Amino acid sequence: MTVTTVHSPAPARSGFSAGEYVTCLIGIVWREGLRFLHQRERFVSALVRPLVWLFIFAAGFRQVLGISIIPPYETYILYEVYIAPGLMAMIQLFNGMQSSLSMVYDREMGNMRTLLVSPLPRGYLLFCKLLAGTAVSVLQVYAFLVIAWFWDITPPPMGYLTVLPALILSGLMLGALGMLISSGIKQLENFAGVMNFVIFPMFFASSALYPLWRVEEGSPWLAYLCETNPFTHAVELIRFALYGKLNWVSLAVVGGCTAVFMIGAILAYDPSRGFVRRGPGGEA
Amino acid sequence: MMTQNAPALDATSPTAQPAPDQIPALSVAGVSHSYGARKALNDVSFAVRPASFTALLGLNGAGKSTLFSLITRLFAVQSGQINIFGHDIGRTPGEALRLLGVVFQPRTVDLDLSLRQNLLYHAALHGIARREALTRSEELLARIGLADRAGNKVRDLSGGQMRRLEIARALLHRPRLLLLDEATVGLDVKARADIVGHVRQLVTEQGIGVLWATHLFDEIAATDDLVVLHQGRVLARGLVPQVIAEAGASDVNAAFARLTTQASQSSASSLRSAES
Repeated sequence: MTVTTVHSPAPARSGFSAGEYVTCLIGIVWREGLRFLHQRERFVSALVRPLVWLFIFAAGFRQVLGISIIPPYETYILYEVYIAPGLMAMIQLFNGMQSSLSMVYDREMGNMRTLLVSPLPRGYLLFCKLLAGTAVSVLQVYAFLVIAWFWDITPPPMGYLTVLPALILSGLMLGALGMLISSGIKQLENFAGVMNFVIFPMFFASSALYPLWRVEEGSPWLAYLCETNPFTHAVELIRFALYGKLNWVSLAVVGGCTAVFMIGAILAYDPSRGFVRRGPGGEA
Repeated sequence: MMTQNAPALDATSPTAQPAPDQIPALSVAGVSHSYGARKALNDVSFAVRPASFTALLGLNGAGKSTLFSLITRLFAVQSGQINIFGHDIGRTPGEALRLLGVVFQPRTVDLDLSLRQNLLYHAALHGIARREALTRSEELLARIGLADRAGNKVRDLSGGQMRRLEIARALLHRPRLLLLDEATVGLDVKARADIVGHVRQLVTEQGIGVLWATHLFDEIAATDDLVVLHQGRVLARGLVPQVIAEAGASDVNAAFARLTTQASQSSASSLRSAES
């Protein structure tokens, strides 16, 4: 076993330039965008879900729920207007969970293999991948906003711009959370599990569908739960940003959670998981 | 092309301190890997010399894909050491991966993207700026005879053409070591010969070290280095004639059969002695 001898390294550049990092990021986002354009069904189904909520659920609830004037709104608003930011966040929630799940389990294993043989640091590659997923979810949200505009959800024109950073941050948070969950919890390996145990509880125990003051009237502890739910803060960050305002508390919570989830997700990510799951037969 | 009397740097010949130009393209030393209780690799050691064609022969389930996952840093090395031109894949993965190109067994090209888009994506992953990436893509596509289809979707290619594209992609960042995992699986006879010939050309013309995992005996030439992997263990390694001679066989096929039978017998007898 003489190959154990430690050989002096061949001359090679060490480290990477800023340009290489940027090229890599642009490349990953560009590819995700191209793939998205080619998958029209995925795009349509991502849009149908929030639109069903908007056209049917919100219309039905319009008469049941009265919304008083609460920030960031300055007048009485229709229920549809209230839930629009919640539905925008819902698009990102579904998108984040879906793309993260496919990163961890074998469905996208070939693509992850190609990605991970890049010599750049693995943590950076995963961050780029999450950012690319976020970019796709942002496109979906804007498509939703265009349709919602015809449904009389007309935020100020500047709002379409000011909501962008909020969408990027909340998209990253939800994508990183999805990756952390699918890496850390073995039982949640399929989308149905994630839907029941993550998406629905997060979505319903939040300010997406009803303002927290109304929840508090019914159940203070549920209101407390909603308030500690990071998804509530993603919704509020988006809601305020859509009207050109900044909710500092939500920004702090979403920013903090993004950092924690991201670091956790990168540490917990284990590409061998997708293989071990398939069992020995999958290994050749 | 290596000759049989070239200074052998494979693990069978003890070399004290190799000169820099003799640093193996790939050295795998004492590598073991388990999936839970199941041991996929057991103390695997071998080396791939620069500008050589090393065939890694093993049946399905021998541990070839696990080994590839370790060399490409997809899985963390549990025990042992893997170096690419002297760079430890665990400690300095960036330097090691820069010098490595890889073609995985399952297809990893985007079927909905064009040939050019697939190549540009890969170039970006290596931090190659777009203009340079475009130039290299055109060059490589021309070399594999697909220049006129650069804008077509990969979906429209034949299996052999897809493989050639994957090889071209693996060469974009100009690696010095190329790994191919069962690259000819599912191809017809002509496409297979085509791919093998193409890769052998890379060895002779560009001095790339190649590790070629296969379970097909006819892909191995007499001048190749050979590593026989069976049930996670290296049964033999060295130049092909040497392995055949040591096994007391007449060809690779017979040598493989003899080696694996011996291994099964010895593992069965050691099991018996452990039981008694």
